[in-house]
Amino acid sequence: MSVLSLKDVHITYHTASGGVPAVRGVNLEVAKGEVLGLAGESGCGKSTIAAAILRLLPGTTKVEGSITLDGEDVLAMKPGRLRAVRWTGASIVFQGAMHALNPVQRVGDQIGEAITVHNQAGEREARVRVGALLEQVGLPTRRAMDFPHELSGGQKQRVMIAMALACNPSLVIADEPTTALDVMVQAQVLRLMKELQRDLGLSMVFITHDLSVLVETSDRLAIMYAGKVVEEGSAATVFHDPKHPYTAALAAAFPEIGDRRFRGNPTGLGGDPPDPQEIPSGCPFHPRCSVAFADCERTVPELYPAGEGRRAACLLVEGAKTVATGVSE
Amino acid sequence: MSAIDVPAPETGLPKGAPILEVEDLHVTFRGRVGLIAGLRGQKGTRSRAVDGVDLLVRKGEVLAIAGESGCGKTTTARAIMGLQEVESGTIKYEGKPLPRNLKPYLRKVQMVFQDPTGTLNPRQTIYEIIAEGLRIHGIDRGPDGEPEEQLVARALSRAGLRPPDRFFLRYPHELSGGQRQRVVIGGALVLEPEVIVADEPVSNLDASVRGEILQLLMKLREDLDLTIVIVTHDLGLAWTVADRVAVMYLGRIVEIGPAEEVLLRPLHPYTKALLDVVPEAGGLDRPILTGEPPDPTKIPPGCRFHPRCPVVVSGKAAELGIEAACKGEDLALEEIQPGHFSACHASRQLGAEAAAAAIAAAGAAVAPEPVAEDGRTDDAASDEPPDGT
Repeated sequence: MSVLSLKDVHITYHTASGGVPAVRGVNLEVAKGEVLGLAGESGCGKSTIAAAILRLLPGTTKVEGSITLDGEDVLAMKPGRLRAVRWTGASIVFQGAMHALNPVQRVGDQIGEAITVHNQAGEREARVRVGALLEQVGLPTRRAMDFPHELSGGQKQRVMIAMALACNPSLVIADEPTTALDVMVQAQVLRLMKELQRDLGLSMVFITHDLSVLVETSDRLAIMYAGKVVEEGSAATVFHDPKHPYTAALAAAFPEIGDRRFRGNPTGLGGDPPDPQEIPSGCPFHPRCSVAFADCERTVPELYPAGEGRRAACLLVEGAKTVATGVSE
Repeated sequence: MSAIDVPAPETGLPKGAPILEVEDLHVTFRGRVGLIAGLRGQKGTRSRAVDGVDLLVRKGEVLAIAGESGCGKTTTARAIMGLQEVESGTIKYEGKPLPRNLKPYLRKVQMVFQDPTGTLNPRQTIYEIIAEGLRIHGIDRGPDGEPEEQLVARALSRAGLRPPDRFFLRYPHELSGGQRQRVVIGGALVLEPEVIVADEPVSNLDASVRGEILQLLMKLREDLDLTIVIVTHDLGLAWTVADRVAVMYLGRIVEIGPAEEVLLRPLHPYTKALLDVVPEAGGLDRPILTGEPPDPTKIPPGCRFHPRCPVVVSGKAAELGIEAACKGEDLALEEIQPGHFSACHASRQLGAEAAAAAIAAAGAAVAPEPVAEDGRTDDAASDEPPDGT
């Protein structure tokens, strides 16, 4: 059974200028022990999905569809149950490790708080568990007595990871866990997360705009554009053989050193991401797409099969023709 | 240092005249001390952020300065811009040391900062932002007598904001991140500079927009014959745009040379280590240096990289008989291959090929074997006090 399952999820933010559809019909599954990478540029809805899984969105936000965590419907949970599930069922490693920790509380106490609040252990036992968690993320136990300002960026992110693991959740959501970190420290943190995931058999949702990071850490990738998944499949195949032109552009943003095609020739994607309130007709990517043709303006592409275990929402995908003609008849 | 200003003819690099020279640059930051300690005459700890940098930039080239945070790359850039008080060293523009009055120089050398949102005044219109540079320098006519409005329009359209008059009355918050960075670049271009110093110009931008901004810089370099110094932590970026790459570690340049040489055939183990952490499909089973960048208040003796150097740590240096030198002998850059300089005892004593082999072997020796156990062994290393304490 899958640990996390999203079915036809629509999320609309409520603003003064009307509803803003941030997520428009997303289906995702995360199996036990699997790492799903979720990628896309700012505003594509990836962080909104992360927040929706734990119902962390503002109260006025409309969430439709179904989100199930370990078989339980998240959207139907009563407040008490929700509080219990947050951190024990699923936890989040937030983006800015620098700002996510309380500056006036010792890091050990912050981790311990998660444990005692969830009645997983008493104070004394919690302290032992905090020590073990810190060791697990590569910090000496005595670091529990430090305040956040005494730690470097990488060490703070390690504390955040320890905190996410405090209540043995079945799912860990990592929202841009390494963006604020330096290159060398980023590599250290990524390796740590991968090891913990393997050792503990964790299921993970890994969110970032850096596709090359996802290829290293994820089993499967889902690429989002304008609130929808536009391509999904196994990590390596999606990165190395993208079927959607948007994925290809994202992948090219992180060129491999030694690849002569990029030497003296940075490649980028023209234009800006679409305004969620004015999503282009047809394929939302068509105004920025280098291979768009007349049909792209009219037809909204679905996720068509594009090879083994892969799907892509592009009319140029081979599967598109058969599916599309089948539908129109 | 004179050695650096000889680009060998066979390197195929731009051969323009030297435009910017940095000689033996030192920048020191002093830590603060408390009142009592100050009265007792105690001084704050000295942090040698830039500790002897020599650099020569030729007209028309793109030079990338790369390294971890805290290596001194941004401080070097700021010193070039006159934004940073230097302890010692000379900066020369077109062969002449900088005059006391920096204004005429700053018209020729413009900086593009990392965070466009923080750089732009939120209460100024785009027109005001771009025109400000002209007004500061007292320019009300272009070289051909153009009015200010035309100069602003030209800068915006060169920066890719077209039609420019559509942007005149807009405010920064109305623009996307990529457009804001274009405004920053437009603001630099309006003074028709010769050199642009860009400090991490794309690291705050979305992946998909980065390429576009870099494309813009490349195009400007072609069209306007600009010289670009780009400070970055991203070696992939250096690969796409730079003619030459300088790698800094702890306040010094440890390797500099043509981009293809430095990035494909590095001669310094630190460069190799940086290349190993560029994420790519290779997986995480590559050697990753442990610990944080060391503290610039306590620069190790000998080669400043030796405590983290895989060649030393793996015992390869001892095997090759250079360990004593690594640990005890400080060294400067030396030309190992034509135009390719490195400050490493291995490449100095053994030559390029043997050094490359030693670096590769050392990397393999310290690479994680079973992936499961290794990340935790950096325990001791990550236990160092973080920067700033």
